[in-house]
Amino acid sequence: MENLYLAIPLAPLVGSVIAGFFGAQIGRRGAHTVTILGVAVSFVLSLVVLYQHLYQHAPAVNATLYNWMIVGGIQFQVGFLIDNLTVMMMTVVSFVSLMVHIYTIGYMSDDLENWPKDSLAGVNSYQRFFSYIALFTFSMLMLVMSNNFMQLFFGWEAVGLVSYLLIGFWAVRPSAVYANLKAFIVNRVGDFGFMLGIAAVVMYAGSLNYADVFAKAHLMSTETMSLFPGHNWNVVSVICVLLFVGAMGKSAQIPLHVWLPDSMEGPTPISALIHAATMVTAGIFMVARMSPLYELSESALSLVMVTGALTALLMGLVGIVQNDIKRVIAYSTLSQLGYMTVALGASAYSAAVFHLMTHAFFKALLFLAAGSVIIAMHHEQDMRKMGGLKKYLPITYWTSLIGSLALIGFPGFSGFFSKDTIIDVVHHSTTGGHGFAYLCVLSAVFITAFYTFRLFFLVFHGEPRMDAHTKAHLHEPPWVVWLPLIMLAIPSVFIGGFTIGDVLFGNYFGSAIYISPHHEALAELGKHFHGAWAFMQEGFVGPAFYLAMFGVFSAWFIYMKRPEIAGVIKQKFALIDTLLVKKYYVDELYAWLFGGGSRLLGKGLWTFGDVRFIDGLLVNGSAQLVAWFALVTRRLQTGFLYHYAFAMIIGLLMLFGLGLFR
Amino acid sequence: MLADLPLLSLTIWFPILGGIAILLAGDKGDAGGVRRLALAIAVVTFVISLGLYVDFDTSTSAMQFEEMAAWIPAFKINYHLGVDGFSMPLIILTTFITILVVLAGWDVIKKKPSQYLAAFLIMEGTMIGVFASLDAMLFYVFWEAMLIPMYIIIGVWGGPRRVYATIKFFIYTFFGSVFMLVALIYLYYKGGSFDILAMHQLPLNLHEQTLIFIAFLMAFAVKVPMWPVHTWLPDAHVEAPTGGSVILASIMLKIGGYGFVRFSMPIAPDAAHLLDWLVILMSLVAIVYIGFVALAQKDMKKLIAYSSIAHMGFVTLGLFVIFQILSNPVGVAGSAATLAVEGAMIQMISHGFIAGALFLMIGVLYDRMHTREIAAYGGVVHTMPIFTGFAMFFAMANAGLPGTSGFVGEFMVILASFHANFWYAFLAGLTMILGAAYTLWMVKRVFFGPVVNDDVRALADINARELLIMILLAIAVLAIGLWPSPIIDVLHATVTNFLHHISMTKLPLH
Repeated sequence: MENLYLAIPLAPLVGSVIAGFFGAQIGRRGAHTVTILGVAVSFVLSLVVLYQHLYQHAPAVNATLYNWMIVGGIQFQVGFLIDNLTVMMMTVVSFVSLMVHIYTIGYMSDDLENWPKDSLAGVNSYQRFFSYIALFTFSMLMLVMSNNFMQLFFGWEAVGLVSYLLIGFWAVRPSAVYANLKAFIVNRVGDFGFMLGIAAVVMYAGSLNYADVFAKAHLMSTETMSLFPGHNWNVVSVICVLLFVGAMGKSAQIPLHVWLPDSMEGPTPISALIHAATMVTAGIFMVARMSPLYELSESALSLVMVTGALTALLMGLVGIVQNDIKRVIAYSTLSQLGYMTVALGASAYSAAVFHLMTHAFFKALLFLAAGSVIIAMHHEQDMRKMGGLKKYLPITYWTSLIGSLALIGFPGFSGFFSKDTIIDVVHHSTTGGHGFAYLCVLSAVFITAFYTFRLFFLVFHGEPRMDAHTKAHLHEPPWVVWLPLIMLAIPSVFIGGFTIGDVLFGNYFGSAIYISPHHEALAELGKHFHGAWAFMQEGFVGPAFYLAMFGVFSAWFIYMKRPEIAGVIKQKFALIDTLLVKKYYVDELYAWLFGGGSRLLGKGLWTFGDVRFIDGLLVNGSAQLVAWFALVTRRLQTGFLYHYAFAMIIGLLMLFGLGLFR
Repeated sequence: MLADLPLLSLTIWFPILGGIAILLAGDKGDAGGVRRLALAIAVVTFVISLGLYVDFDTSTSAMQFEEMAAWIPAFKINYHLGVDGFSMPLIILTTFITILVVLAGWDVIKKKPSQYLAAFLIMEGTMIGVFASLDAMLFYVFWEAMLIPMYIIIGVWGGPRRVYATIKFFIYTFFGSVFMLVALIYLYYKGGSFDILAMHQLPLNLHEQTLIFIAFLMAFAVKVPMWPVHTWLPDAHVEAPTGGSVILASIMLKIGGYGFVRFSMPIAPDAAHLLDWLVILMSLVAIVYIGFVALAQKDMKKLIAYSSIAHMGFVTLGLFVIFQILSNPVGVAGSAATLAVEGAMIQMISHGFIAGALFLMIGVLYDRMHTREIAAYGGVVHTMPIFTGFAMFFAMANAGLPGTSGFVGEFMVILASFHANFWYAFLAGLTMILGAAYTLWMVKRVFFGPVVNDDVRALADINARELLIMILLAIAVLAIGLWPSPIIDVLHATVTNFLHHISMTKLPLH
């Protein structure tokens, strides 16, 4: 049984090691075969585990694999916690990863063109890419399967490492190696908080294992700690806020969101896998996993909710003005992560994880479809140079439509079930800031629909705007590219309706998620839930539906019907337009304040602290003092007898003087 | 079987005698023969030292592999050797790193190779002597003796400003050791012996302890080095040849950390408690201030030298934070104190591997390009992809990525210092951001982007010898990161005893 669990993360690791170290020997075919095989094994085994848990009601497994170390009675372990939350994550991760692996065969087939001719790094780049994404799959699985904070942190940092390697995969591009450095450091800011959170857990719970910590949660919530003299904070609140800082980094919540749009410098398959479907949702997963802690802290929940609401609204707005097809989807991802975070704040952890799942499918689909467009357009990503692609890329077109409808929450599609629930839950929530959050998520519905269909119309409809050469070569990419699109389109349509009853209003999560009796917004909704079909019918009359439809209509009217309006609006609201195009100047601010500031501080401390003060004044200064003193005393040794006699007389006089005046 | 052999004497004297033999052989013959001989001596020494690990009894905190002989009976000075959990891993680190240093200088050092190799072997023996001595005078002799080969290495095979660097290094360390000598002599008069373990038990009043503690602090703070007595290190590193830098960073700095656990804290526990705020302050300044300073460096060796100072800050933080942990009634204080000390020790060993690897990597680049200026590089990945893979790995280890040894010590010390004070953990934790920033920014500028000039275009990837060095270090870094237990278990008994000892006051009870 445990060997089965162990095989799930290890299979992709084996594939990764083989493809990474022996890529040159096994060649391209060998590399993608071995990694796809590894990921396929973990997907199939995940399905087996899912089956056991769904239909055979297998109990949650909490097992230790090995002792990393034991210090002073604190156990640092590697182990698995397999409950229904984990099983869902495992299945989603391995499925999306498998699809992305297959897709990559097509997407990276002509990767040599991305490298300078004489670059040795470009030689086996294809194999290396497969090695990295398989390694990512391993890390992500270890993260979700962990039963303790240390392994969680291991997985947390490991996915960050692979993300870093993959964003900067095309190492020759200055923009890519800037983006990956930025991503890593911003994530480290989050991890810094996360690490302190773990330190607090160890101090107050004396253990790193989830089970032990959760068992002590109530006890900890009665303790306070003082960070500033005179101010006492609830221990659980401090822990939750610190852990959430980690989630803000990984799940790109304001103010640590700046790395995610830049991460689009990486190849599209990883934008789908890492920066949309899986890694960025690790923060959401983590908070859901920690529900027994978060439930005890109203203030942390409020912070979570408001952060999510701001991200959902503000990042969606930026998505409207982007012209790069991948960046539109990236901002959409930020906004959707905001939705999930809002759900967490409303104590609707299952709704957050539910949206995480549906989002993984339709957002991976949208990214891969965008990748398909990018291949067809010969690596052109500017939507202003696209248009009318419907005719040339029918499969991409229809799957994109499905993904877009799911994203805007059109009733019946997966995204509808998860997103509508979140909106309703926030409406019923009692967490501080829920009124504000409700406004944000509701307005974001319109914005989502608007930017999604702006993209859709600009890319697939209207007049073709590309050059003649590109146009002549437009055709649907090979099957390895479109098959994953179809495979992802299926759950994008159906998974929501099929599973909503069990996952949200049934008892799917069981004891994996704990909700305090004071936070029953979701349970309240459940009382009015009469099956997916009825839920869908109600969806047609809610405010969210009209807002979404209005968004689609606006996009159609502005970009299809009367394209000249777009320019007029842009001029009329130039200030807002600039603000959005500049992403609220946050990047500039950070680059100036943290980038420039820390370099300046470093230079200043070095020049004035080390070079001038310690070395200049103290070290070399005392050396000079010694030299000066020697010089002076040397002058005293003149060798003339009368000099010495004179000094003696002065000395005697002084001695007498001392004796006289005592 | 093994226990019957004087293992410690063998690990000390075999390389020293081997070094002398190589000196006598001189450079008249074939340089290859000298190199092979030196390598053989280094490998045999390493194998002998492994016997210490194999036969080590992890259940006791008593000294093991003890050897005792009268040396200068008139002053009760003995040739007294022995190891515990603190010193044994450091000895194996020394013998391991020396092999790599011999390999690293293989066909790079053309000037007097026999003297170069002899200096390293003699230095190896004396450094092991420092770790193994249980007699303070013997310790002091080894302590001073190990510096001589280092001066020679920097002074003969060093860079253009080697004379300034050597003198600075000499005066700094000598300044510190003089105070230590005074303290040792005082302890001898007070207790009547130079036996270190007897000094641990010697009752001293607070005034005496404070003066002795400060004297030791001067010696060890310079060695570690701690802010603000650290400025000799970047200069020494920049001027030293690659091998010298590696020994300096990997082992010599550890002697400072070792001094605190062998001398300062057990001999003057009450003064250590009284002045712990000072050492914690110096450590935190080292971590944060030096982290920023590293960001501003233009020379790769200087950057890594500053990074070393910041990382060694975790050692002194971990050691001195224990008093405040133990006095905090909340949480699991005993466990946290153990975590802190063991974290400090792991940090020393891990830093030995990582800093060694980073200096060796800079050496690999320097051998090819004859510059360490970051600005002279760019796009090295296109010509040296295998090397870049290793560079990436060690850079991540330096940034404390979980799964590498660099994570273990920092993680333990941060977790532990949270028990003492939230803000200690906060400031120490900043290294997660700063360490990543200065290390990866350097990696970005050196390795990534397009090829910047023809020199970089002409670079050849690492050869088999360099690959071997990298693989050995990578295995060590990865092994400790994935499974630190084997080293941690060696420490347990010693650390428990250490904590027990220093929490007992030497002052008369009122």
